[in-house]
Amino acid sequence: MSAWAGVLWRDLRLAFRRPGQVVHPLAFFAVVALLFTLGYTPELGKLRQIAPGVLWVGALLASQLSLDGLFREDAEDGTLEQMVLSGQPVAALVLGKTAAHWVITGLPLTLMAPVVGFALGVPVAAMPGILCALALGTVSLSLIGAMGASLTLGVRRGGVLLSLLTLPLAVPVLIFGARATELAIAGEGLTGVLYLLGSLAVLALTLAPLAAAAAVRIGLE
Amino acid sequence: MDWTWFHRLASPPHIYRVAGTLTPWFAWPAGLLIVSALYAGLFLAPPDYQQGEGFRMIYVHAPSAWLSVMIYGVMATAAAVGLIWRMKVAHAAAASCAAIGASFTFVSLVTGMLWGKPMWGTYWVWDPRLTAQLVLLFLYLGYMALRSGIDDLGRADRASAVLAIIGVVNLPIIRYSVEWWNSIHQAPSVMKMERPSMPFDMLAPLLMMLLGFTLMFAAVMLVRVRAEVLRRERGASWVKEVVS
Repeated sequence: MSAWAGVLWRDLRLAFRRPGQVVHPLAFFAVVALLFTLGYTPELGKLRQIAPGVLWVGALLASQLSLDGLFREDAEDGTLEQMVLSGQPVAALVLGKTAAHWVITGLPLTLMAPVVGFALGVPVAAMPGILCALALGTVSLSLIGAMGASLTLGVRRGGVLLSLLTLPLAVPVLIFGARATELAIAGEGLTGVLYLLGSLAVLALTLAPLAAAAAVRIGLE
Repeated sequence: MDWTWFHRLASPPHIYRVAGTLTPWFAWPAGLLIVSALYAGLFLAPPDYQQGEGFRMIYVHAPSAWLSVMIYGVMATAAAVGLIWRMKVAHAAAASCAAIGASFTFVSLVTGMLWGKPMWGTYWVWDPRLTAQLVLLFLYLGYMALRSGIDDLGRADRASAVLAIIGVVNLPIIRYSVEWWNSIHQAPSVMKMERPSMPFDMLAPLLMMLLGFTLMFAAVMLVRVRAEVLRRERGASWVKEVVS
């Protein structure tokens, strides 16, 4: 088994023994949407207008929740150091952990988005587009988050700092994601925006593991 | 080729001395240029045919906006040099850039708002340029926060250097994504710089101001680098000689 698949499998098994890791971001996502209906208006026509923003900001914040623990727990008990010393490329290990983070948070959030969207008055016809956009966007969000999490390894209580670092970097994903969702709700073609989201994901996939690997090495020194 | 000059740059006492010697050579021309550009811009340049006297905000606004981006480039270059050649002085230079860059970004935002009120009728619109500039300010703030969040100096240097380099990749993406986002959403606001040409007596003070601001940045940065080098080397014997 290759190194990154091994790390991915290990992190997934750890996560499913503590189901809270999977469930808490989902509950958070639902509560954020609920707060908007209470704080703004219960009228579906108006909610539909802000649905792209609510869906994407909600998904972005929910995927932030579990980032702080991405490397920290393993760094504190020394596992991460052993992984780095194992001689496998660090970028591959980072990629495995990030992939696990996406399966644990990004994928469930994507699958849950239609439910939240339905509650916000989004028509059923828009759901496939929204699913595609979120599936691509959350890949980038997990990778950007991995860079932030690895950079804040040396910081005690780095949670707030982590958000300050990653949220500005996530601006493009948010913009194109919300745009794709808006087009999907309006029933227009969104292929172009999906391509852009896909290219962002590919770019993050090529560069983020390298940057995060450099940061992990620095954090472990 | 002789590389001694490059290796000598890595020596803190050498940098401390060179920076001290160079500072007045940047500071005095900067002061003269800024004062004369202010006079030329505020009194000699003719009023704009559309904006009247209001356009004179450009003499502070445009140079600071330009520098806010350039300083990020300088900071990231210094960070990369520090990361690649493990040069502590380069990290010190990157660290001293951040606060200056953030200040220029802030100045460009504030002067832009003051200019926007009489011209657009509002202090703030979610225009692509304004939004991208705001994100740049957050990037600077994140860089400084990460640096102050890590206690160990060597780690703080290298982690923040990685962040600065990530920011370079992301800056153009942010700029263009924000532009596409808005060009789809709302009518583009009138960017005043896009008129074909400026008469010479309007343009000259602007260029003088740009040069003056750049020299001022260099002078302030040299002073900050000296302070940063002193802080880092506070245990070294050459510092005791210099300070006493």
